[in-house]
Amino acid sequence: MTASSSPEFVVRTLRHSRRQWLVVVLFALLCASGLSVSLGTRDVVWADIWAGATGNTETMAQAVVAVRVPRTVLAVLAGAALGLAGAVMQGITRNPLADPGILGVNAGAAMAVAIGIAWFGMDTLDAYIWTAISGAGVAACFVYTIGSMGRGGATPLKMALAGAATSIAAVSFTIAIILPRNDIAGGIRMWQVGGVGGATFEAILPCLPFLIAGVTLSLLSARSLNLLALGDEAAAGLGARIAWARAAAALGAILLCGATTAICGPIGFVGLVVPHVCRVLVGVDHRWLLPFSALTGAILLICADVVGRIIARPSELDVGIVTAFIGAPVFIWIVRQRRVKEL
Amino acid sequence: MSTASQTTLADQLAQMRQQRARSRSRVVTTICGAVLAGFAVTLCLGQSLTPPIDVLRVLAGSDVPGASFTVGTLRLPRAIVSIMAGMSFGLGGVVFQAMLRNPLASPDIIGISTGASAAAVFAIVMLGWSGLAVSVVAVLAGFGVALLIYLLAWRDGVTGTRLILVGIGLSAMLESFIAYVLSRAPSWSLQDALRWLTGSVNGATLGQAFPVLASLIVFGSLLLTRQRAIEAMRLGDDSAIALGVPVARDRAIVILSAVGLIAVATAASGPIAFVAFLSGPIALRIIGSGKSPFIAAALIGALLVLIGDYVGQHLLPGRYPVGIVTGALGAPYLIYLIARSNKSGEGK
Repeated sequence: MTASSSPEFVVRTLRHSRRQWLVVVLFALLCASGLSVSLGTRDVVWADIWAGATGNTETMAQAVVAVRVPRTVLAVLAGAALGLAGAVMQGITRNPLADPGILGVNAGAAMAVAIGIAWFGMDTLDAYIWTAISGAGVAACFVYTIGSMGRGGATPLKMALAGAATSIAAVSFTIAIILPRNDIAGGIRMWQVGGVGGATFEAILPCLPFLIAGVTLSLLSARSLNLLALGDEAAAGLGARIAWARAAAALGAILLCGATTAICGPIGFVGLVVPHVCRVLVGVDHRWLLPFSALTGAILLICADVVGRIIARPSELDVGIVTAFIGAPVFIWIVRQRRVKEL
Repeated sequence: MSTASQTTLADQLAQMRQQRARSRSRVVTTICGAVLAGFAVTLCLGQSLTPPIDVLRVLAGSDVPGASFTVGTLRLPRAIVSIMAGMSFGLGGVVFQAMLRNPLASPDIIGISTGASAAAVFAIVMLGWSGLAVSVVAVLAGFGVALLIYLLAWRDGVTGTRLILVGIGLSAMLESFIAYVLSRAPSWSLQDALRWLTGSVNGATLGQAFPVLASLIVFGSLLLTRQRAIEAMRLGDDSAIALGVPVARDRAIVILSAVGLIAVATAASGPIAFVAFLSGPIALRIIGSGKSPFIAAALIGALLVLIGDYVGQHLLPGRYPVGIVTGALGAPYLIYLIARSNKSGEGK
């Protein structure tokens, strides 16, 4: 055995490259945020950015920057939440295709909010968040239960089909609710495609406690996700309480998805793409994978938002559409990569 | 002694087969009767009751004051488009389910009708088109998306699993495209475009029914002549080849015909939710498994759309397009079906 392939060497290089990647990713996040504040439908110069960022809104350009700052913050939060939620879901289900969008969790959250607005006259942000989180929870449990029935447990194919069918039913029901209500149709249309435009700090604040709780739960379950990756029997043999570990991690992911959907609407595919990229960068250890997924998710969502602002000038493309167009090809690529038996 | 018992066994088998064939044709006749009854009820009974005599006179071509407009212009085209589209969806759906050997693999879930409606929505909202041009674009897009799914799933051959998953990925992309286009729509074309999201036979004309009828005749008969091949493919490619089925050629014909049925029907009525998905399993359940469900599935599809449209128009508070009703009716059945098919292992 040569020195370069010894286990210690591999571990040491991996650790080294992880630190390098961490620096790279943090730097990229910084650059992306800078771009997000400076680029857009209207061009601004550095002086305006500085003035706008410090709260000055005298000129048009400064006002634009002042609007873009909360928008960027929301993109960072939502992207991080979705990336993290995706990594957790893929870990829990041991399914490379798990994603809040594919599994119908976002559609469930959106339907719950539509019901709340149309039937119960909900109009506060707090109510939206609670409703979205319960909707996400119900949809997630539902899809997982259906997908894991029968022979072979929760195979990716069954989960994806159950999620797709649930999405169709949820979307159909959402339309049924809003169709006769002309007064709210415009308000709910935003629940069909997610976006981060029009964000304000007042709207972001109520979500923070949920996001923090979700992040904490998810990061704490990194170790048990590592054990679950070995298979249920092995994990139980190594002392993991499988059901508890799954439930805690799932609750974290649901909090993240629900809170994000409550402010931004359903944004798909971030949770699918990001963990796959991160696995290439830092390996399969969830203690590294989860934080990296959060950071990369934030970068992806900011970039998608910037792209959406630039390519559709003078109007904007919602970020949910951009992520779908980035994510669906990745989804198909993953499907093509895996051997049939694994799927 | 042994020969005698063998003859009786053969006789018994033959008798059983005859009985099964008879019971199937009885069931098919019953469903056919139900579709006709539904057709008759839709013609007679709407917001107001039209006497059957008047309906018959309108159908015969004579001008009946008060009934000619309601029956001839409003109800008749609507009922005919419902039946034609329903049959297309039912037949196309059951063919996909049989060929991919998965009851969940229907064209509405794997994105073929989504492709057709994405193109239609784009043509209506962005290009301002209407009428025949929209239908043609929808049909072409249906074929295009089906081809794309097939090519993307190709990797030393195509497996059902990969085809379904690629379809789900593409349809998620197309759905977000539709949602984007709709968000750009001025409110007057929103109702029109919403049809392409859920499926509806509102304002159907006889002109819309003709392409669907033509595709039913052409593609439907192509499919019915390939029934045995489809049944053999259900056993898996190797068995089908062993049974003497030219799999590659027949599969191409079958896919082309099924996609044609779905795309043309989608162009006429929009993607009526879950009809393609539900008809096959319902038909199988009624006539029993192990028998060819194609004709029964087509008839069930027609019945679903007729009933769904009637319920949405007259029995619910407010008026809903048929796709909403079938979507809502379909959801609980879907849950039941997934639960059941997974239990028996078919859903894998």
